[in-house]
Amino acid sequence: MKTTTLSVGFIPLTDSAPLIIAQEMGYAAEEGIALDLKRAPSWSSLRDMLSFGRVDAAHMLSPVPVAAALGLGGAGVPLSAVSVLSVNGNVIGVSNALADRLRAQGHDFGFNDARAAGEALIAATDETLRIGVPFPFSMHAELLYYWLSALGMSVPEALQVRTVPPPLMADAMEAGEIDAFCVGEPWGSMAVENGVGTLLLPGTAIWSFAPEKVLAVRSDWAETEQSLLGRLIRATWRAGRWLAEPDSRSLAAEILSRPDYLGVPAEVLDRALTGRMVISAQGEERQVPRMLEFHHGAATFPWRSQAEWIGRQLATRAGLDPEAAGKAARATFRSDLHRQALAGTNADLPGASSKLEGSLSEQLPVASESGKLFLGPDRFFDGRIFDPHAN
Amino acid sequence: MSSSQLSIAIVETDRERALLIEQSLRDAGEFTIHVVSEIPGLARRIQTLSPDVVLIDLESPSRDTLEELALASGPLERPVAMFVDRSGDGLTDAAIEAGVSAYVVDGLKPQRVKPVLDAAIARFRMFQRMRTELAETKRALEERKVIDRAKGMLMKARGVGEDEAYALLRKAAMDQGKRVADVAQALVTAAGLLG
Repeated sequence: MKTTTLSVGFIPLTDSAPLIIAQEMGYAAEEGIALDLKRAPSWSSLRDMLSFGRVDAAHMLSPVPVAAALGLGGAGVPLSAVSVLSVNGNVIGVSNALADRLRAQGHDFGFNDARAAGEALIAATDETLRIGVPFPFSMHAELLYYWLSALGMSVPEALQVRTVPPPLMADAMEAGEIDAFCVGEPWGSMAVENGVGTLLLPGTAIWSFAPEKVLAVRSDWAETEQSLLGRLIRATWRAGRWLAEPDSRSLAAEILSRPDYLGVPAEVLDRALTGRMVISAQGEERQVPRMLEFHHGAATFPWRSQAEWIGRQLATRAGLDPEAAGKAARATFRSDLHRQALAGTNADLPGASSKLEGSLSEQLPVASESGKLFLGPDRFFDGRIFDPHAN
Repeated sequence: MSSSQLSIAIVETDRERALLIEQSLRDAGEFTIHVVSEIPGLARRIQTLSPDVVLIDLESPSRDTLEELALASGPLERPVAMFVDRSGDGLTDAAIEAGVSAYVVDGLKPQRVKPVLDAAIARFRMFQRMRTELAETKRALEERKVIDRAKGMLMKARGVGEDEAYALLRKAAMDQGKRVADVAQALVTAAGLLG
């Protein structure tokens, strides 16, 4: 098979691993493709590189293709999410000053109770909370808004949300521009490492199965390059399966730490990969199940219902019709293309393409091609259930 | 006429670069130009200035901050969209290639924006060439330094002259199918490790 080179953009984050591993561990080569990985300086640049054909595919925030479909930001080029690259993986951190106030109030930094942490945070904030997120259209922003509004804070009015690129989050905190952040790993751990912040909560404590990054392509490219697309989806799916093996983690951390990829010490990358998070400069450790999931529970499957949830959240804040937005959003998560690409592999995919979001507290066996698929817990911290059919 | 003049905000922390861009825009037409050099509070600053066009380096991570404006919907806030090339003359593509991103208020006529972008693109292309040249020069200088150090080590260890030391490096490079600079680097690194 002749090797075809695909250019693929990424942002230096631990969850770009499926693309880097697909290339480095030969999963791309097995499919007769080579990935020319291009590190992008910002999410908006990466989105535009993809929109204007500078790259064929991109590591992308899950809400970006949805936002594009709603006409929010970007160049109006339709984008498709053909796989979910990672589930969860974000952390919320606070400045040392705020951490001291939280501790003085008796908060234990248990790192697993979103309600306790959120109520403590609201009580410890006397002025408007300034909080950094990497991008306006991001799971980070969605989780924050969901979490704080469920606890009675009026968002976004009571918050000052600032956009700060992930690698600059620790600097912004050190410079006193933000009191808290929600960011993808390893940049939360880097803030701890640099002694400027303390981690308060993993994203998974707010929504235990949040689609974080997707594999995004131009929708027209997905139609015209179906064979290449299939190969790319299979290569990243196999990379995700490899990443989910406990034995792979130290090698994965070493590869990601290279200067061309993340340029961050492997020991720091290891934390999100293993779920053993160091939350403070004093070295306190917390074990987080499903801190960052690449494979289990059909993690790569782009559920239409996930997209609809994102679309409705975005629409509510942007003043758009939630019904129409939900419908437009569903069309961007291409469960059909994902299914088509993985047919004939041993990937076990769910029979349905849409589900209740937030209904599972425990693992649950579901109807699938082999009949042995378990979906992981996908609870929202406040127990709400999103039923796409009820809307 | 001032109300019909296009107002342009240039986001650039490097003062000299900002001045050069400003100058090339002034040469291209009559515009109201603001330079924003402070990155903290960038989105609010842009909102206050309320320009028709925002120019920012594509490599600048602060660009993401401007995306907040795409969500802005209050009466004083202006909807901002990335310049979309509907005219088909490849302007957006050229802009991205040159490394500039332009945010343009939705609804502005392309023919009014074109001279601005043309001027900015030309200037940014020049910067990009300078950036490449600078990186090349730096690399060449670094390599020269490493080769000199390796030569010095060989001269001392083997008691040979400079030309002979260089010939040794070149031969090793040819035998291994490597560049002289790489062989020199390996020698310097090894010597460093051996103390």
